[in-house]
Amino acid sequence: MYFRRIDNFPALVREPVAASLTRRTFLQFTTMAGAGLTLGAFLPGAEASAAAAAKAAGASGAAASSLASPFVRISPDNTVTLICKHVEAGQGVWTGLSAVLAEELDASWSQMRAEGAPAKVPTYGNLAFDPKGNVQGTGGSTSMASSWQQLREAGATARAMLVGAAAQRWSVPASELTVSEGIVSHASGKRATFGELASDAARQPVPKDVKFKDPSQYKFIGRDKLPRLDSRAKSTGTQQFAIDVSLPGMMTAVVLRPPRFGGKVRSIDSAAAKAVPGVVDVVQIPRGVAVVARDTWGAKKGREVLKVEWDESAAESRGTDQLMAEYKRLAKSGEGALPAVKHGDVAAALKGATKVVEAEFEMPFLAHAPMEPLTAVCSLSADRCEIWAGCQFQTIDQLNAAAACGLKPEQVFINTIAAGGTFGRRANIESDYIAEVASIAKATGGKYPVRLIWTREDDLAGGRYRPLNYHRVTAGLGADGKIVGYQQQVVGQSLVAGTPFAAMMKDGVDPTAVEGSAPEQYEIANAQVMWTNPKVGVPVLWWRSVGHSHMAFSKEVVVDELAEAAGKDPIAYRLSMLEKNPRVAGVLKLAAEKAGWDKPFDKSKGRGRGVAVQESFGSAVAQIAEVTVKGDEVVVDRVVCVVDCGIAVTPDVVRAQMESAIGYGLGAALHSTITMTDGHVDQTNFHQYQVLRINEMPKVVEVHIVPSKEAPTGVGEPGTPPIAPAVANAIRMASGIKLRKLPFDLAAARAAKA
Amino acid sequence: MPTKLVVNDQPRELDVDPQMPLLWAIRDHLQLTGTKFGCGMALCGACTVHIEGQAVRSCVTPISAAQGKRITTIEGLATPAGRAVQESWVHLDVPQCGYCQSGQIMSAAALLASNPKPSDADIDAAMAGNLCRCATYVRIRKAIHEAAAALPSQVTQSTPG
Repeated sequence: MYFRRIDNFPALVREPVAASLTRRTFLQFTTMAGAGLTLGAFLPGAEASAAAAAKAAGASGAAASSLASPFVRISPDNTVTLICKHVEAGQGVWTGLSAVLAEELDASWSQMRAEGAPAKVPTYGNLAFDPKGNVQGTGGSTSMASSWQQLREAGATARAMLVGAAAQRWSVPASELTVSEGIVSHASGKRATFGELASDAARQPVPKDVKFKDPSQYKFIGRDKLPRLDSRAKSTGTQQFAIDVSLPGMMTAVVLRPPRFGGKVRSIDSAAAKAVPGVVDVVQIPRGVAVVARDTWGAKKGREVLKVEWDESAAESRGTDQLMAEYKRLAKSGEGALPAVKHGDVAAALKGATKVVEAEFEMPFLAHAPMEPLTAVCSLSADRCEIWAGCQFQTIDQLNAAAACGLKPEQVFINTIAAGGTFGRRANIESDYIAEVASIAKATGGKYPVRLIWTREDDLAGGRYRPLNYHRVTAGLGADGKIVGYQQQVVGQSLVAGTPFAAMMKDGVDPTAVEGSAPEQYEIANAQVMWTNPKVGVPVLWWRSVGHSHMAFSKEVVVDELAEAAGKDPIAYRLSMLEKNPRVAGVLKLAAEKAGWDKPFDKSKGRGRGVAVQESFGSAVAQIAEVTVKGDEVVVDRVVCVVDCGIAVTPDVVRAQMESAIGYGLGAALHSTITMTDGHVDQTNFHQYQVLRINEMPKVVEVHIVPSKEAPTGVGEPGTPPIAPAVANAIRMASGIKLRKLPFDLAAARAAKA
Repeated sequence: MPTKLVVNDQPRELDVDPQMPLLWAIRDHLQLTGTKFGCGMALCGACTVHIEGQAVRSCVTPISAAQGKRITTIEGLATPAGRAVQESWVHLDVPQCGYCQSGQIMSAAALLASNPKPSDADIDAAMAGNLCRCATYVRIRKAIHEAAAALPSQVTQSTPG
């Protein structure tokens, strides 16, 4: 998902939960008693971390206490725990943010732990979303940017307090002490671990100003292979996800939802469902009808025989073919189109062009399909709602859960635990799955804790897709082969219009729908990008890399064809338009070097090579794909990927994210599509919604990171946009087939050409 | 009549609907949650367990079909191949979100038990039923090769748990 910075969020966040906590006071460290009560009082809503702290402290004796701040807890058992305001969904945030904390602390990597922060703003607000910290959430590849300064401060402050405690204990000047690998030591031979000092350190005054390390002294930040903190738990089946949470007396629920988007319950006949062994309740909730049972199997069996009549008078009943026809009509008529980019005189430029290239692109709805389907657990009492989930959007989830169960937001406590993937899906303005589980708890009177499970069928038919898109590009070349005019029409649903996030729209244009167009990245004298927001009843959402996921495809395919039309090398052609964009130019040049672009490429046996580049979320990524086309089949043999993301805090995590984004994007390019017939989603499970499998993963994926001293920028998403156009361009070189529609269908494209 | 099975070397009895998939029986009734639900149709492999040493999709295996059988889940994986796979997974930091990895590891352990030195093509064929939306596939291939290299070949001939 993606966010533009929102400077004011009052419409959404009615009352920050703890507005009294300022940035200054959050750094006030406190002594936390063994029971964790002090921290609990200091951090309302911190039950999860306080309980864990109490447990840790309990192990080392009831009198033991920890050095704690909102972002770090140093316990007498010598563990250092990052209290992570961002959800770990695979992107490596526990590891990356721990590296920042460990760096300024001079901790030992083996003592680092990570856990999810409670839902609480502004303490845990995402500063990249809103500088006031009024929204807690993860997305837009912002976790590092939003935490970098905070965690350096938290680490350096805690380090100073540990040093102060040791100086006092040993009656030596603090300046004579050194800290390394979690041990404070003095030349006299005295030494103490962080754990041994934690209790005394907590009573030290909080230093006003702390100094950060010089980057030349970094030991963790930038270390090539810093082991992930979660690899062992995730390799032994012990990592807990929401679906694994078990509470005493807990029941399991599944929900029957309207068969078409916008449908509503008209009547329910629950007799047969209630007769299924294990079913304990059937309740109507705002989004459908929930079947609650003693176990998952009972709930599923109950739902199979539940009879519901739906009111579909307001439901979306068009199919995707009809929608695409409507999008084409809108692009042609220009009805409702708004300028997203406009400079120069594109009409005149196109009229004077020596060559004009026209291209139409169609890109489907896409489901995120994280491996863990949406799941959440809720325990509700008269004045308290507690939730366990891989929450991506805590503040919004807190508000929606509160509304669903009739409580105040501050009465909702969220335990953010590891998410089994999200790719944007778990961050949505309605908090669909969180609101559902809270509604079920409310409808069943809080009699028992309830776990909601979405099946894969629920997930694929559940909406919140990457929007269906139609693009039409007309580009003109001058006599020198340069682009003189570039005109693009984009028809695709807004992600934010009509929601409180509409605050990020400018002059009626939703940036998340049209971000990353050609004139944003390349120097083009005359350019216009028009955007139309069609009225469609299918819920849409940010899908890994958001607007860039479709905008990069049309842009990089067209630019590649323009290079060919101009008789220029595709990389040199791009570089000629990137003189003012050194970061993007830099990744292209390094990719060319690493891929051996200047060496002759053997085009026999159906081989081809293609390039694409995209700047997104502050980072630039170039990819060069080598493919073999056999008949209508494509094998991607090799991908060379170069990323510039500023300082690569954890380079191996950066590499992993590039590998991941390439596989995620390639699956979409080759296979994935959500289609609808008469408003019904056609794909039910992974046999129809196909994603990348291991046999299609390129044998060679090389990731190179541009060395940088700039502040860290996004990593989770920027690897996705270039892969589809890079492969399409490689296929064009190999076969002459121009792919303008996703997912790729070589047979259809060949037939259309003939 | 209760279903009797041996799970991770422990004899267990479960008095549940005989049609209940093994997945839900071990997750909901034996509290062994390392085995994951991903699709319910044997399309993604997240639910992979071993039955008598063979990799099986537990989401489509009715518990009645496991009557009297020896079942191993990720929690009980203790064969040399299984251990080697887990160590190479940690060493190479294969997991990202980690949700599919129990299933990946169970499939990989079964592969190495029958094929101690698999090629890339062998790995692709054996692992194509295990989806990973984080696309950790490059590292999965590498980790299986690394585990294979770490195993003395005679050990890998033994039956997996």
